[in-house]
Amino acid sequence: MKLGTRRQTSEIPTSSMADIAFLLIIFFMLTAVFATTKGLQFGFPKDDPTQLDVQPEESIHIKIIAEGQFIVDKRPMSLNEMEGYIQAKTLQVPQKPVIIQTENEVPYFVMIEVFDLMKNLKIQNISIPTSSEIQRWKAFGVFE
Amino acid sequence: MKARYYVSPVAPQVPTASMADIAFLLIIFFMLTTSFSPERTSVELPNSQIRTEVSKNAAIVAITQDGVLKFTDGERPSFVLSESELGKLASEIIGFIPGKEFVIKADRSVRYEHVDKVLEQLRLNGAKKIGLLTERRVGETI
Repeated sequence: MKLGTRRQTSEIPTSSMADIAFLLIIFFMLTAVFATTKGLQFGFPKDDPTQLDVQPEESIHIKIIAEGQFIVDKRPMSLNEMEGYIQAKTLQVPQKPVIIQTENEVPYFVMIEVFDLMKNLKIQNISIPTSSEIQRWKAFGVFE
Repeated sequence: MKARYYVSPVAPQVPTASMADIAFLLIIFFMLTTSFSPERTSVELPNSQIRTEVSKNAAIVAITQDGVLKFTDGERPSFVLSESELGKLASEIIGFIPGKEFVIKADRSVRYEHVDKVLEQLRLNGAKKIGLLTERRVGETI
């Protein structure tokens, strides 16, 4: 009796491996969240109620009342006017502090727009007081 | 004269054996470069021209469009919390790491009062460094 030799060699089916791998790639690409790690930075001053380092006549006070509506040193201005005004003011005194006060109902991006403008103008002393600080400043007569 | 064509005994085929290698290489690349951020709340960030890198292990406070707060210390996944809870946690964290940076990831259209309340809590509890996450303006290269 003659035994037939098997011609077919045994092999692992790897043709679907690429499909699986590409499926995994697509999964990773879709689930990858591109984390934003950039933004605007600022620091809070030391909390010391006895020291009030804001002199009303020396600082620039920006009040944001609505999108595109700003009151700078008690005068209503647009963003462009404000840029010119602050540029002129800080040209004389570069260390001039700028206080950004934002009304409660104003969308956040408007405040960022102003903050970004100040950073662009290379203002070193930007202050973003919180509502309680503003209350305290009002009590000291800095704001009316 | 009759033309004789050479017929190869091997059937023509596209070599796909290395395809899996390439694909797995890509998978490894994606796995290594994907950074799993503990804060995955989807918010539409405001745009700014000036953008500086915030520290990698900063605590993140996310504020959604309707003013819901989410917090992560930079390591554990974020969770929803109230303003007073945020204050308590911030003070605990600052107790351990005095120079810890806090990053605010707020939706661009959220009312400022929500951001103000968060800033208030952070300031009262001794935070010194604050970052406000932004996206670059469309059409700008910075």
